[in-house]
Amino acid sequence: MEEINSLLQGFAVALTLPNIGFMLIGILLGVLIGVLPGLGGANGVAILLPLTFSMPPATAIIMLSCIYWGALFGGAITSILFNIPGEPWSVATTFDGYPLAQKGRAGEALTAAFTSSFVGALFAVLMITFLAPLVAKFALKFGPAEFFAVQFLTFASFIGMTRSPPAKTLAAMMLGFALASVGLDSVTGQLRMTFGTQSLLKGFDFLTAVIGLFGIGEILLTMEEGLHFKGGQSGINARVVLDTWKKLPRYWATSLRSTLIGCWMGITPGGATPASFMSYGIAKRTSRNGENFGKGELEGVVAPETAAHAAGTSALLPMLTLGIPGSPTAAVLLGGLLIWGLQPGPLLFVEQKEFVWGLIASMYLGNVVGLIIVLTTVPWWAAILRIPFSIIAPVIVVICAVGAYTVHNSMFDVAMMVVFGIVGYVFKKLDYPLAPLVLALVLGDMAESSFRQAMLISQGSMAIFWSNPLVGTLMTLGLLMLFWQPVSKLIAAMRG
Amino acid sequence: MSGPDAAGRKPGVRLMTVELVVAALLVAAGAVVMADSLRVGAGWESDGPQAGYFPFYVGLLLALAGAVNFVLAIRHRWLGSRPFASYTELGHVLHVLVPTTALVVAIAFLGLYVASAVFIAWFMLWHGRFRWTMALPVALGVPVVLFLVFERWFLVPLPKGPLEAALGF
Repeated sequence: MEEINSLLQGFAVALTLPNIGFMLIGILLGVLIGVLPGLGGANGVAILLPLTFSMPPATAIIMLSCIYWGALFGGAITSILFNIPGEPWSVATTFDGYPLAQKGRAGEALTAAFTSSFVGALFAVLMITFLAPLVAKFALKFGPAEFFAVQFLTFASFIGMTRSPPAKTLAAMMLGFALASVGLDSVTGQLRMTFGTQSLLKGFDFLTAVIGLFGIGEILLTMEEGLHFKGGQSGINARVVLDTWKKLPRYWATSLRSTLIGCWMGITPGGATPASFMSYGIAKRTSRNGENFGKGELEGVVAPETAAHAAGTSALLPMLTLGIPGSPTAAVLLGGLLIWGLQPGPLLFVEQKEFVWGLIASMYLGNVVGLIIVLTTVPWWAAILRIPFSIIAPVIVVICAVGAYTVHNSMFDVAMMVVFGIVGYVFKKLDYPLAPLVLALVLGDMAESSFRQAMLISQGSMAIFWSNPLVGTLMTLGLLMLFWQPVSKLIAAMRG
Repeated sequence: MSGPDAAGRKPGVRLMTVELVVAALLVAAGAVVMADSLRVGAGWESDGPQAGYFPFYVGLLLALAGAVNFVLAIRHRWLGSRPFASYTELGHVLHVLVPTTALVVAIAFLGLYVASAVFIAWFMLWHGRFRWTMALPVALGVPVVLFLVFERWFLVPLPKGPLEAALGF
């Protein structure tokens, strides 16, 4: 087994003393980010990215991906204890987690949430270990048309799969593409949409957008709601943990189903949030205790948490193998790869073996360490949430400003962060999804260049996208996803 | 301006208004993108697609999506009765937004450290109604930690102003 060998070499890379140290720092920072409102996986990693410029790439990605795992764990804490989802993917966890906490069973709910997250992530990492090398090998044969087809499929599934109205998803996405095309066009050397200003020459950086949209936007929303933390007690000890672990195997079917939903939604960029809702909904319909969902069923915590973590983890598979991230946080990590001088895509598995397998090995370690850390430090995080918002808010705003500035050492980016913050606030209230905007901003240049190259080969004929079975299948699948909502209605109507 | 109206609603901005404004802005943005793409050329040259080839269609789809949202917002009349946010809620938002904008302007003149200290202190005193004894340590502590982490530990320079210059940085 070639993968096992590579993985063992990966463990050798990940298991050095400094790397384990950064892993711990990453997880602690990640849980903190997940717990605090206004800081999340995507913008937390974006803000901390500049700190890794001087690190070796393997250490840097281990720390940043651990921040991501930490944030995934941390979201559950606030959902269960305070009924405040720290992250969008933990909204579904509040449905049963908070009622459990009110009944005095917070310890059980937290243990179930953390353990299910761990199980979901573990399966996703196993899948990455064995599937990613195959996908990468396969993708080595891709030409520009195939790459554009994969990107088309990615964006089309956003339109078909998200809960927002399709026209709003399309608008947000196109806004991202439009922002990505601002600045110097690298092929023709022409200036696009700069309107004679110096500041727009470099274009819009997606890190600034992420920090503004998710960071400042979230703070504005939280302020509007006039947030008050009314928390339950977080009694968690070894006995509660062991008792809960004895109960959990009962929910194996729910776990398995949620893992599969999560992995699928993570690879196709549905992302963790819809995965958690979908998995909660299906568990509610199929469970024997379905009518008790929403009143405090342990199964109602297991389902969304397993799916969210499986999705969040498997979002890294297309990021590593194709250079196409499955979630905003994966997009930020992809931005990191470019900054550290690595070219994401199938060649990464050939040229940067040590880096890739070090990262995959760190996913196993990071999730084990993460589980132990969150189980032992819950009371501490709950205490942080008792800090008044009027202390947390200004500190987070300052941290966001630092993050936006350090992207390019430019004040223009800090000003843009505030503009993106307002956009994020309004878009969230109007149900315009933010993830496609961010992904389009990240992938815009790549999508455009593969489209251009494909057009060059075919001399402007769209027929190239159906010129061989592979690219044709991808494009047709993309079209199916694009029109998924009417198609699924049609199927339902035909069934009667 | 305060208190619920006859129908029991709090006065504020209607959801419909914001939907229409945002949709109109998206159409306008799409039009700008298309216009600029035509300026740089959206067709073919001897060596391949021109610079505006791809962005032109992006602008077109953006304008179309905006138009669809505009029409949908008009057709869904029920949006009219739903609030976007009450004036009280918008006030809360401005309580953060205005100081944040001031912070950005202040960073350009005073440097990040001084501006952040003033911002945090002001926010805690005015919004959180904390005492000086509580606000001062936080307001001074955060910039010091930022300085140690960024300038010293990771060697990432942050914007500095007259105070730092006087101290010799």
